[in-house]
Amino acid sequence: MEQLIASLADGLLLGFVYGLAAMGLTLIFGVMDVINLAHGPIIALGMFAMFFISGATGMGLNPYLALVIIAILGLLFGVCIYFIAVHRVLNAPHLSSLLSTFSVNMMIIGVGTAILTTTPRNLVFSIGSISLGPVTLLGTRLVAALIAILVAALLYLFLYRTQPGKAIRAVSNNRAAAELMGIPSTQTLALSFGIGTMLASIAGGLIATFFSFTILAGGVYELKSFVIVVLGGLGNPTGALLGGLILGGLEGIAPVFMPVSWVPVIEFVLFVVILMVRPTGLMGGGR
Amino acid sequence: MKRLSLFVMLLALIFTAVQCGGSAPAPAAPAQEEAKEEAAAPAQEEAAPAEEAAAEPEVASEEPAAEEAMTGEETVVTIGYTASKTGSQEVPSRGQTHGLELWLDQINQNGITLADGTVVKFQAVTYDDESAKERVQSLYTTLVEQDGANFLISPYSSGLTDAAAVIAETYGTTMITTGAASDDTYKKGLTLVYQLYTPASRYLTGAIDLLASLNPDAKKIAFVYENAKFSTDVVSAAQEYAESKGYEVVLSEGYDSEATDFAPFINKIAAAEPDAVMGGGHFNDGSTFARQLHEKETSVEFLALLVAPPELDFAELGDAALGVVGPSQWEPQANYTQEAADAAGVEWYGPTVADFVSAYQDKYGEEPGYHAAGGFASGLVLQQAIEAAGSVDPDAVRAALDGTNIMTFYGNVQFNTTPEAHGLQEAHEMVYVQWQKDADGNLVKQVVWPVEGQSAEPIYPLAQIP
Amino acid sequence: MSSSKPAPVGKAIDRGGFDLSAFKLGGWKYPAFWLAIGLILIGGFIPVFTGSNSWRETMFLILMAVSLASSLNIILGYTGYVSFGHIVFFGLGGYVGLYLITAHGWSLWTAALMGGLAAGTLALLLGKAILHLRGAYFALATIGVNEAVRTFINNFDLFGGAVGLEINFLVYKDYGGPATMQWLTYWAVFGLTLFIVVLSYGIKFSRFGLGLLSIREDEDAAMVLGVRTPSAKTWAYVLSAIVPGILGVIFFFRNSSIAPQEAFRLHRSIELIVMVMLGGQGTVLGPLVGATTYEALRSFLLTSPLFKDLQLAFAGLLLLLIVLFVPTGIVGWLRSRYRKLWRVLE
Repeated sequence: MEQLIASLADGLLLGFVYGLAAMGLTLIFGVMDVINLAHGPIIALGMFAMFFISGATGMGLNPYLALVIIAILGLLFGVCIYFIAVHRVLNAPHLSSLLSTFSVNMMIIGVGTAILTTTPRNLVFSIGSISLGPVTLLGTRLVAALIAILVAALLYLFLYRTQPGKAIRAVSNNRAAAELMGIPSTQTLALSFGIGTMLASIAGGLIATFFSFTILAGGVYELKSFVIVVLGGLGNPTGALLGGLILGGLEGIAPVFMPVSWVPVIEFVLFVVILMVRPTGLMGGGR
Repeated sequence: MKRLSLFVMLLALIFTAVQCGGSAPAPAAPAQEEAKEEAAAPAQEEAAPAEEAAAEPEVASEEPAAEEAMTGEETVVTIGYTASKTGSQEVPSRGQTHGLELWLDQINQNGITLADGTVVKFQAVTYDDESAKERVQSLYTTLVEQDGANFLISPYSSGLTDAAAVIAETYGTTMITTGAASDDTYKKGLTLVYQLYTPASRYLTGAIDLLASLNPDAKKIAFVYENAKFSTDVVSAAQEYAESKGYEVVLSEGYDSEATDFAPFINKIAAAEPDAVMGGGHFNDGSTFARQLHEKETSVEFLALLVAPPELDFAELGDAALGVVGPSQWEPQANYTQEAADAAGVEWYGPTVADFVSAYQDKYGEEPGYHAAGGFASGLVLQQAIEAAGSVDPDAVRAALDGTNIMTFYGNVQFNTTPEAHGLQEAHEMVYVQWQKDADGNLVKQVVWPVEGQSAEPIYPLAQIP
Repeated sequence: MSSSKPAPVGKAIDRGGFDLSAFKLGGWKYPAFWLAIGLILIGGFIPVFTGSNSWRETMFLILMAVSLASSLNIILGYTGYVSFGHIVFFGLGGYVGLYLITAHGWSLWTAALMGGLAAGTLALLLGKAILHLRGAYFALATIGVNEAVRTFINNFDLFGGAVGLEINFLVYKDYGGPATMQWLTYWAVFGLTLFIVVLSYGIKFSRFGLGLLSIREDEDAAMVLGVRTPSAKTWAYVLSAIVPGILGVIFFFRNSSIAPQEAFRLHRSIELIVMVMLGGQGTVLGPLVGATTYEALRSFLLTSPLFKDLQLAFAGLLLLLIVLFVPTGIVGWLRSRYRKLWRVLE
């Protein structure tokens, strides 16, 4: 029982961060119907940004302050990717946008491996831990989960309370109609792609505070993001956070009852089954 | 008519494209390690070097060490291998290549002088296998057929070596393997493949012996290992050994190769309360595992992990590295010496440990790890066999390899010669390192097992209990 | 898109939609058919002309790439469904085949057929299950399937779990020793390549194929016009899975071992997509040209010191340029540039 609680707590805390990463993926899909296959490398870039901004060999800034810089960089980077690789293929068949974002993936990984190698990096950073009875919660993970919730709340406020946020929702609902209403759709699309990558890079930065990473490390979180997005409904950011919690909880509970190596099997089978039975996701589609 | 000619032209065009594509790896690819002009020399193939005396000298005169050519004719032996210059195995493969290149440098200063006065020199041909299986067989075929490799060295990792071994057997070319520990490769009827590494089945057994010597009361062991070929082989053999020694295996779990979160395993370990934790897989996962065990303040009295601890980078973990034990094929502190060889009644061969370490440091500016030692030893063992055979004839060298029983800076080397497991390494033993603190509080790697090789007393139990 | 002619989809496809009436429609009259066959024959016989085993190994890789890409083209190029996990058929086939050889002593040839059958069966089941998903959902599902199968086999003791399966070297004696075995398997792959190209051609000019093309252009319209889209898609998927399944057995048999990480490399799937896109999706010659060019480029980039470290980034850039500027690939571009080549390039 103690093991179950400890394991569940660990899983749920991570679930928030996974959910944050998945929100980025699902937001982009919701707005422009593009699955961003460069999602994983962008998460990895967030990790490296954290490493260079606040690592011992980098500038040594406090990691949580560094997140602000990472967010800005992530936003700018996303806007660049949008104009280079996404804008031209928005109206082409799905294959085109899948392949063009995947080509961005290959370029990031290719340049990244050449420069950064695949030796794992660590951000040596600790803010202690809290013990609640049998459960030991690592400070870094707890703070990461809180930040993930905070960012999700900010995103919600942005989408529902600000002009550009409303524009994003309008374009997501019906691009043609939004354009007729005078909403600058190109800027709005670029902004939403940027916000999507921003969320991914923040998630990467947070993960870097407690796990080691290489440029290839994003792949695992990209696959998790797919699972989460499908759990929560493609295009539904709040669903993604819930999906993250479900996945985190599953990763926490399942190992108590079975060998851990079976957990990914369950995850992926669940993923395919949900796609098959209810492609709009357990929580229903965002649109 | 017009259409037909167009068709023919197009055909020709695409055919040329195909040809360009195919021929690219052949002439352009070989990264000749040695002087190019040597490639012109016909690689020595047959046992009768004396008969070819007339043909050889002018080639020899182009050699850097030309004086030797006066005394006897010279023959150049080509060694072929692929290295993982890109991809996931890049780092360990580089060490292996460095070791082999150092050996080439040293041997080519004087060459081997055979009894009949022939001087044998070596050149190496190598390609990049990209750490992936697809091209390995194609590259090894090119090595044997086009580059005329007389002997082969394995790629890094067991999976790629399996693929390369098929080619070695097909063309009857002897291959010395290093960086390929899996037992299975040598148990499937191969006759020309010789293993330098201690096989996977003996990787962790020493750690169990070490545990027994430290704490005879220890009863429970937990195994947490990477769910991949090498580590699974190691752990299943270790598990069997542990059970035969009366230990209880309280946990045996594999994790995915890309795993970064070890919390579920650590929670299970906490629940199972073992006396020792063993496992790991490769560097990334092993070091993460050690770090998270430390962060979670898990009470573990004995921790032995594969591959990661012998790497110098492991020290970056700081306190989390303290006390972690790891099996290593070789360490610079190893005390393989002439005296040890005499005591054991086997022949001593090659440079001393200190000579190898300093030569390596001079050339590459870093301390050699065991991959590098394995790379150097693969050349050294071949050299020894050629000397013992007194010829470069493949069959004679093979017979000499079968009879090899030596101690080198790298340790003992002797191959299994039964048909069931031909080429399996019999004599070489693992050493076990432990990260300890020196007087200044710096982390240093010490050899703690076997007892004869100890450079420091092992720390036990680990003081990770808060 | 890249389709050459308006797809005549007037008639419903009978008998579940699977019928190869290419030659009734006169496909053989096109020089393109003979061009493709000729290219493979010439390429395939290079090792015989040169008597070189190195050439054989190079051509083995190219022919394997061509046939994998061609089979992917049936579902990707003809039907317009992006399979990101096509390599799952290669890996699964390889596993089933090697299991039968190692555990039950089957011969390579029957085991290879069983590998193809297993891959086809998986495709059939998947077709029923996930082919109703459109666009991105299908692409995601194929990634999920590949990962699910990989992680499952990693835990599946019958197939050796994480350790995989090893072939005893003595088995090669049954095929005349390893040297003969390599020639035999080479010719098997050569034959498979011919087969898949003829099949691609046959499909393209059959009613069945026209049905597929119409699904690619507009699935709903195709349905309205009477194409039985679910069964047509499923059969296309099955056909595109069988050859990779057989190839998997041959490839891993040659390499004498198989392990999950090398059998289900998602990266390899992506490479196949790049090959198809580079050559021209939906054309018969496209995968042939694309696979050959890609392999050539790769070995060039790998041997050039400047690009060695950046080869992946370079392949990515190439892919991006194709997607943005030449979405129809080399063959498609040539076709639209030179109208005279229409009947030659197909």
